[in-house]
Amino acid sequence: MVTIAAIIYEPGSTNKNKTGSWRTFRPILDNKKCIKCENCYIFCPEGTIYEDKNGDFKINYDYCKGCLICVNECPVNALTSTREEK
Amino acid sequence: MMDKKQFPREEYFAPGHRGCAGCGASIVARMALKTTGRDTIVVNSTSCLEVFTTPYPESAWRVPWIHTAFECGGAVASGIERAIKALKKRGKYKDRKLVVMPIIGDGGTADIGFQALSGALERGHDIVYIMYDNEAYMNTGVQRSSSTPLFASATTAPAGKVSKGEDNPKKDMAMIAAAHGIPYVATACISYPEDFMRKVKKASDIEGPTFIHVLQPCTIGWGYSTENTIKIGRLAVETGLFPLYEIENGEFKITYKPAKRKPLKEYIRMQKRYRHLTDEDIEILQKHIDEKCRLLGLE
Repeated sequence: MVTIAAIIYEPGSTNKNKTGSWRTFRPILDNKKCIKCENCYIFCPEGTIYEDKNGDFKINYDYCKGCLICVNECPVNALTSTREEK
Repeated sequence: MMDKKQFPREEYFAPGHRGCAGCGASIVARMALKTTGRDTIVVNSTSCLEVFTTPYPESAWRVPWIHTAFECGGAVASGIERAIKALKKRGKYKDRKLVVMPIIGDGGTADIGFQALSGALERGHDIVYIMYDNEAYMNTGVQRSSSTPLFASATTAPAGKVSKGEDNPKKDMAMIAAAHGIPYVATACISYPEDFMRKVKKASDIEGPTFIHVLQPCTIGWGYSTENTIKIGRLAVETGLFPLYEIENGEFKITYKPAKRKPLKEYIRMQKRYRHLTDEDIEILQKHIDEKCRLLGLE
């Protein structure tokens, strides 16, 4: 059923769509090397990198499309990439 | 260790949208919404951003959002701004500062939506107009727009034996907007988030129409691998191709001055849309840029 005027009532509902399956390369963040410059956090097109309760940055692999911008922009090479394997 | 949090943590742009991996437009939307916060109304005319964020019945936006036809982004934003003004007169939203923020691509700004934008700027509506510029119609398959730079190849201006791609230089939208005499015009690039977010903040605080032109590399249309989105944006600024400046009440100010401008070749050789260019062609482009930088005082 299409709603009247095609209104979408649920904000942010694309999060049902797990885009993590698009990924070919998986970025891996080494929290020991991380200096918390927040480059990866702000440059992520998906907003998949988040800060946990301890102030460490984590990657949400449900949505990460594997563009590897974060790996490229990390100034201390705390992020590395590996090929995604089944 | 830094104690202070650099960037706002609120996320008003949900993941799971259908943007390409390494998409620059979603970075523009994320950064802009982080700055203005939840009291923002986004107007989106047809564009890449509109298509990939709202595959019905889903939406990636966590703020009020409206889709308009290609040509009327400026007009719809003006209408919303006037409606808010009328509601405020009746005592609603009295203590809230609502930001009307059209985020519209280069096609919807420089070509199709130009008259609506020009009208909105001229009438003096309180809007923060963000033009995200990926230099072609990426949504429908890389057709040229008036924002496509000289010698770039696009599907409707292909490079081949006869043609070198686009034969007209890029339309300078920021300067055209400035010619309307509006209080604030700025250019920005996603590779400089602090600069971009500061400009959005400034624009949303200013009463009256404001215009921000954001350069946003596109992995599909420009032809580079996804991880280089930020790097290419940075090169565009450092070569002097896309100078970052702001014009506040008629006062021109460069906001980022590269210590030494990099040769344009570095930027050109990373992109497939320029792969047909010879060194002499790049020399022509370099001359164009040198001239522009001299005019803007970027030497």
